[in-house]
Amino acid sequence: MVYRAHVLICGEPRCVEKGARDVEAALTQKIQELGLENEVQILEASALGHGEQGPELVVYPEGVHYVNLRPEDATRIVEEHLFKGRPIAELQYKEPPSEPLPAPSHKEIRVVLDKIGKIDPENIDDYIALDGYAALAKVLGGMSRDEVLVVLKTSGLRGRGGAGFPTHLKWSFAKNAPGDVKYVICNADEGDPGAFMNRRVLEGDPHAVIEGMAIAAYVIGARQGYIYVRAEYPIAISTLRVALAQAREYGLLGENILDTHFSFDLEIRMGAGAFVCGEETALMKSIEGVRGMPTTRPPFPATSGLWGKPSNINNVETYANVPQILLKGGAWFASMGTEKSKGTKTFAVAGKVARTGLIEVPLGITIREIVYDVGGGVLDGKKFKAVQTGGPMGGCIPEKYLDLPVDYENLAAVGSIMGSGGFVVMDEETCMVDIARFFMEFTQEESCGKCVPCRVGTRRMLEILEHICAGKGKPGDIEMLETLAEKIGFGSLCGLGQGAPNPVLSTLEHFRDEYEAHIYEKRCPAKVCKALIEYRIEAETCIGCTRCARNCPVNAISGKAKQVHVIDPETCIRCGICAQVCPVDAVKVE
Amino acid sequence: MDKALTQTIHRALTRHANSQESLVEMLREINAELGYLSAETLGGLADALKLPRSQVLSVASFYSMLDLEPRGTHVIKLCQDAPCHVAGGQEIWETLERELGISFGATTPDGKWTLLTTSCIGACAVGPVMMVDDDIYGNLTPERVREILAQVADQDRAGGRT
Repeated sequence: MVYRAHVLICGEPRCVEKGARDVEAALTQKIQELGLENEVQILEASALGHGEQGPELVVYPEGVHYVNLRPEDATRIVEEHLFKGRPIAELQYKEPPSEPLPAPSHKEIRVVLDKIGKIDPENIDDYIALDGYAALAKVLGGMSRDEVLVVLKTSGLRGRGGAGFPTHLKWSFAKNAPGDVKYVICNADEGDPGAFMNRRVLEGDPHAVIEGMAIAAYVIGARQGYIYVRAEYPIAISTLRVALAQAREYGLLGENILDTHFSFDLEIRMGAGAFVCGEETALMKSIEGVRGMPTTRPPFPATSGLWGKPSNINNVETYANVPQILLKGGAWFASMGTEKSKGTKTFAVAGKVARTGLIEVPLGITIREIVYDVGGGVLDGKKFKAVQTGGPMGGCIPEKYLDLPVDYENLAAVGSIMGSGGFVVMDEETCMVDIARFFMEFTQEESCGKCVPCRVGTRRMLEILEHICAGKGKPGDIEMLETLAEKIGFGSLCGLGQGAPNPVLSTLEHFRDEYEAHIYEKRCPAKVCKALIEYRIEAETCIGCTRCARNCPVNAISGKAKQVHVIDPETCIRCGICAQVCPVDAVKVE
Repeated sequence: MDKALTQTIHRALTRHANSQESLVEMLREINAELGYLSAETLGGLADALKLPRSQVLSVASFYSMLDLEPRGTHVIKLCQDAPCHVAGGQEIWETLERELGISFGATTPDGKWTLLTTSCIGACAVGPVMMVDDDIYGNLTPERVREILAQVADQDRAGGRT
C-alpha cells in the first residue's frame, strides 16, 4: 500500500515518559475518525533529534517537526495538517534563536552539513540509519588501500583547512612512509575568526569525522588517532566524547573493527587558547604537551609528525567529506565544483549581510551569489564594499570581483585565500585601514614569537597602522608597510607569519585611496577612525531635549533646554553616546 | 604547600596517569579548579611530573586560557575578532571599559570583575559576542551590555555574594 503521508513518532524512553504513548493514541484515534488510515501511516521511530522537547513527531513528506506535544495537539495535527494540509506553525520545532541553520537557499548543496539537524548527534543509530559507517564497512569489506586512494583521486578532494593540498596525495605520502607506528590527526583547532563550520560539524555530525578518520587510518596503516579540538568549543568536545563512546560500544572503534584485522582508536586532545596551534606542526607539539610552536618543514608530518612518526593530518571538513565520497563515488563529488576545485565548501557568512550563518555551496559559485542569493544581500540595503575571506591570513576582495567564481586558485589570484571558510561581508561604513589594523593586532597577539620577522615585524606594521588610524600617518608609511609585508611573508617559518601581511597587502592594493585619505588629508572616508572624525549637532534638527548633554561623560555638550546644543570638539572624546541617545538623530559624524 | 593545593594537583595527575604529554590538559583543569596557576602550583606540578619548572612555566605562559594571575569573581571575555568587530564590537569594548571603570586585561579593585578578550568562540552569526563566566551573550548593544552587567550583579546579591 502506498501512503500519502508518514508520521514518525518518537518512541524513546524519555519521550514515552512525557506522554508519547497518549499522543500516539490520540493521533491514531483521530486518523480513524477521519478515515485516513489508508492514507497516513504512523511509525514509531527512535530519537528524532529534539528529545529534550518531547514528545515529538515528524510528518513526511514535508518533514515538519512538531515538539512538546500533548494529546490534543495530536488531534489538531491530524485535522489541520494531515486532513486539510495546513501545517501548524506554533507547534513546530524552532531552532534556538542563537544559531539558526535555515533551509538551504537554492544555490546551496549540502554534503558535509547534510545530516546536521536531521540526526541526533548523540545517537549513533541515527547516523547509521542514514548510511553512517557504510563507507567504513565497504572499505574494510573488500577495498584495498590503493583502491580507496583511487576513489579519492577521482573525487579531486582537496584539504578544507585552507591550503587545498590534494587529500589522496597527502594520504599516499603517509601510507608510503616507512614505519610501524603511524598516527591520524584531525585538526579541529578552528581558530580563524569568523569560521565556525567545524564546530557545527562536530556538534551536529561527529560520526562523519570519526568515520573519515578511521578510513584514513586504514589507508595509511595507523592504529591510533587524535582529534585536537580547541577548548573554546566545550559542546563540540562533549558531543565528540559521547560519539566516541558509542562507536567503541558498537565495535566501530577499538580492536578488530567489524571483525576484520583492522584496529583503530581515537583520543580527544584539547587546546588551551593559542591560534598558532591550528598550524599543523604547532598542533602536534601541543598534543605532545609542550609549547605549541611550529617547526620547520620538511620533514613534513607524513614522514615525521607526531612524536617523530609518520602522521596524516587533515581538518574536520576534509574527513567529513570522505565517507560520502566512498559511498557515492569519486565521480559524484567531482561533478560539483570547478576544474581544479571539486565538491562543495562550507562558509561561515558573517558581518554586514542580511542572513548570517553557515552555508555550503559548490565551489565555483560567485561571490555575488553568496552575498546576494544565499546571504540575502548587504544588511540594511547598504552598499557592498568588500568581503574578507580566509581569516586573518586572508585578504579583502573588493566589489569589482563580485562575479569571481570562488575556488582555491581564484581567491589566491586576487590576494586572498580560501582558508577554512570565513566570509566576512563589509559595507560602505567599514574602514579598510581600520580592518587592516585590526587583523594585524590579531596576528601580532597570536604570533608565537619564534621567528623575528613575524614577532617584531608584525609589531612594527601594527604601530604604523595605529598611527595612520590615529591621524598621525606620514608620507612613507605606505611604502614602509609594503617593505615590511614582503620581508615578513618571506622570512617567516609558518603560515601565520607568511600570511600575516595579507590583509594589509590586499587592502593596500584595492583600497589605497583610503590609506592616502588617512595620511595626507587626515580624513577617514568611512567615518570610523575616532581621531579623524568629529561629532556635530545639526542645528535645524536639534530639539533641545538636553539628553545628549546629560549623557555626555566629559561634559563636552553645552546648551539650554529647548535650545540648540553644541559639542566642543576639544573636549569631546568621540564616544558616540550622544548619537546613541539623541531621539531625533541630530548628531552627525563628519 | 597547603593540603588543598596538593590534592588538586594529585587529582589532575591521577586523571591523566602522570603523563607528561597531558601537561596542557592538567594545567587547564587545575586552572579551572583554582582560578589561576600560582608559582607554587606550577612548581608542585613540575616536581610531580619530574619536569623542569622552566618547561612547565613555558607551557603555562604560552596558552591564553591559562591564567598566571588571580581573576575576579566574574570574568568577562569579549570576542575581539573580525566578524564581531565589523558588527559593532568596538562600541561594546568601550561600553565595557566605561561601565566597569577598568581597561581590558584588568580586574576591578573590588575583585568582582575581570575584563579580558577571547579569540573567536565560533558564534560569529550573532556578533558582537561576549562570555560572562561560562555563558555566551550575542547580538550585543551598549544597552544590552548594561542590562547583562546589572543582571549578573543582581544574581550575586540574591545569592549572597556582594
